[in-house]
Amino acid sequence: MARKQVTLTRSEVDTSRPLLEVEDLRTHFLTESGTVRAVDGVSFALERGRTLGVVGESGSGKTILSRSIMGLLPTRNVVRTGSAKYEGTEVAGLAAGALRGLWGTEMAMVFQDPMTSLNPVMKVGNQITESLRHHLDMDKGEARETAIALLRSVGIPEPVQRVKEYPHQLSGGMRQRVMIAIALACGPRLLFADEPTTALDVTVQAQILDLLQAQQTERHMAMVLITHDLGVVAGRADDIAVMYAGKVVEKAPTSVLFSSTRHPYTEALLKSIPKLEHTSHTRLEVIPGRPPDLVSPPDGCNFSPRCAYAQPKCFVEEPVLETGPGGDHEFACWYPVGTPQGAEALARNQADAAVTEEVA
Amino acid sequence: MPVPSPEEAGTLHAGGSGGIITESSVEATYDAIGEGSATDVEREVRHLGVGFWIAVAWLVGLITLAILAPYLPFIDDPNVSQADALGAAPSAQHWFGGDDIGRDVFSRVIWGARVSLFIGVAAVTFGFVIGGTLGLTAGYFRGRYERVIIGAMDIMLAFPALVLALALVTFLSPPGTQNASMGTVTLVLTILAVPSLARITRAATLSFAQREFVTAARALGARNSRIIAREILPNVVPPMAAFALIAIAIVIVAEGALSFLGLSVASPTATWGNLIEQGRQSLDDTPWISLFPCGVMFLTLLAFNYVGDQLRRYFDVKEAGL
Repeated sequence: MARKQVTLTRSEVDTSRPLLEVEDLRTHFLTESGTVRAVDGVSFALERGRTLGVVGESGSGKTILSRSIMGLLPTRNVVRTGSAKYEGTEVAGLAAGALRGLWGTEMAMVFQDPMTSLNPVMKVGNQITESLRHHLDMDKGEARETAIALLRSVGIPEPVQRVKEYPHQLSGGMRQRVMIAIALACGPRLLFADEPTTALDVTVQAQILDLLQAQQTERHMAMVLITHDLGVVAGRADDIAVMYAGKVVEKAPTSVLFSSTRHPYTEALLKSIPKLEHTSHTRLEVIPGRPPDLVSPPDGCNFSPRCAYAQPKCFVEEPVLETGPGGDHEFACWYPVGTPQGAEALARNQADAAVTEEVA
Repeated sequence: MPVPSPEEAGTLHAGGSGGIITESSVEATYDAIGEGSATDVEREVRHLGVGFWIAVAWLVGLITLAILAPYLPFIDDPNVSQADALGAAPSAQHWFGGDDIGRDVFSRVIWGARVSLFIGVAAVTFGFVIGGTLGLTAGYFRGRYERVIIGAMDIMLAFPALVLALALVTFLSPPGTQNASMGTVTLVLTILAVPSLARITRAATLSFAQREFVTAARALGARNSRIIAREILPNVVPPMAAFALIAIAIVIVAEGALSFLGLSVASPTATWGNLIEQGRQSLDDTPWISLFPCGVMFLTLLAFNYVGDQLRRYFDVKEAGL
């Protein structure tokens, strides 16, 4: 082993600091059509045992954010800057060889599509025992017992039979449970769940989320829950970060985010969720336009071209993520929702729209 | 909500699986790895068929005869002339007839199969060990390493295969000898097989190296060597094994061509190529000397190709099956 691995001794770890501190993390891909700013200056801190929900549309950089922290990105044509500290140790930009000591035992990841994230020609049991034997030096029998116990703990019936089966013999929900069991096998302290329920049936989604939450509480594990669905994180995350075009546009404790939404994008996302009290055939509110081109994002605020509140200033000057009054609510907007400036901006835009309509 | 109880989860499993896998199809597909969504209809299509088993029987029969040739009473010594076989037409005594110096054509065909099959299997095996390793690593590591490997393979493929084979046989044979030894021929055909096998292995590797389960293994701290050996190789082997049979057929043809030209194993030793060549001169009078080796070779190649093709189709894992 040429490279030094990152190893953490529990006694050295300063528990007064957050488990994960991300500071101005940027991941840019160099492509033929230009630099894609997939993650563009993201900062957050995650305490032990807490859940951070990362929400955003497709292409907003959620997945790249988690893979940047894990160090799972391809190495070529990628520019990574900024810092990500895990237990105070810098992990951003480390080579795979150095990170290997953390993968599995400290950080783990549950992937989006359980159909493709299990090896089709390896028995389910072996996929779990492999890392147990490697990381925790278990012998064959011990690893097998642990695998069965893990499968049982993630709610798989007849785990003794299941360990001998191949992934194609399991349903989607079962496979995702297996994925969770694999991720949890070596007792990570930080779990990235990258859209863990997107590929699953609605009926199974809630079960998987409940399972993740139960496991998290039991193991006192921190979790980054990535999703495009605010409903998924609503009852489960402690904090929510809303991402748009590679940047965090609003971040707040879950209840605060829902009760006093500040960013127009978050508001638009919330409005686009169908509600039970709507009469049938109510048109869903959509966000007009498309997410910005990450190669050449618009001047000013990235969301301005689609924003109902946008004012001339928004097209020129980019707002920065600032802590609003109250202390724990951050947002990046010149005319935040629910403030006099915001109301005024919206009123002005609506008046303009009415005038244009009349003229037409 | 606490972790669901097994019963509860079981019901939801059946209900919430989206119809992809039913309990009965789970049973049905137990042995068929990678056939996730094989319904009954699809299984019918994927059946190997009677032709497959006939082809397998032919190959097994031929291989058995070839291996047991020295011990079987009805296979004569291929190099001994027999008075009653001199130019004899096929008969109960000499099934494929006899050649112009009285050697039994049937036993020469079987002994020729020993050479052809040995060279075919050995060259493809070595070719896969070398080419497969190159292709697997090139497809997994990509980058400059891949460009160098694939570039080198393309250069080798750019030579006309037979010309390269002739040059290599001449170059690699010990000085002063007219004909090559079995080892030399195997070596030459291995060298010829490596580029295509490397390219094909690389292509198969590429399709698996980007899969999520490889990233998942990496995220669990698996090393590259482990990922290649445990995650990718088992996925690549079934289609490669099927292709290997087709490759054996190609190598047998190449060996036949070489020995027809008198550049393979030396003449008194029976090989299919030099049997055909030997009978060529007297095709009008004693056609069986050429035609029987031709026929056996044809059927053998057909069998290898057919079995290989059927297996390739059988192992062609559909996306949904993953």
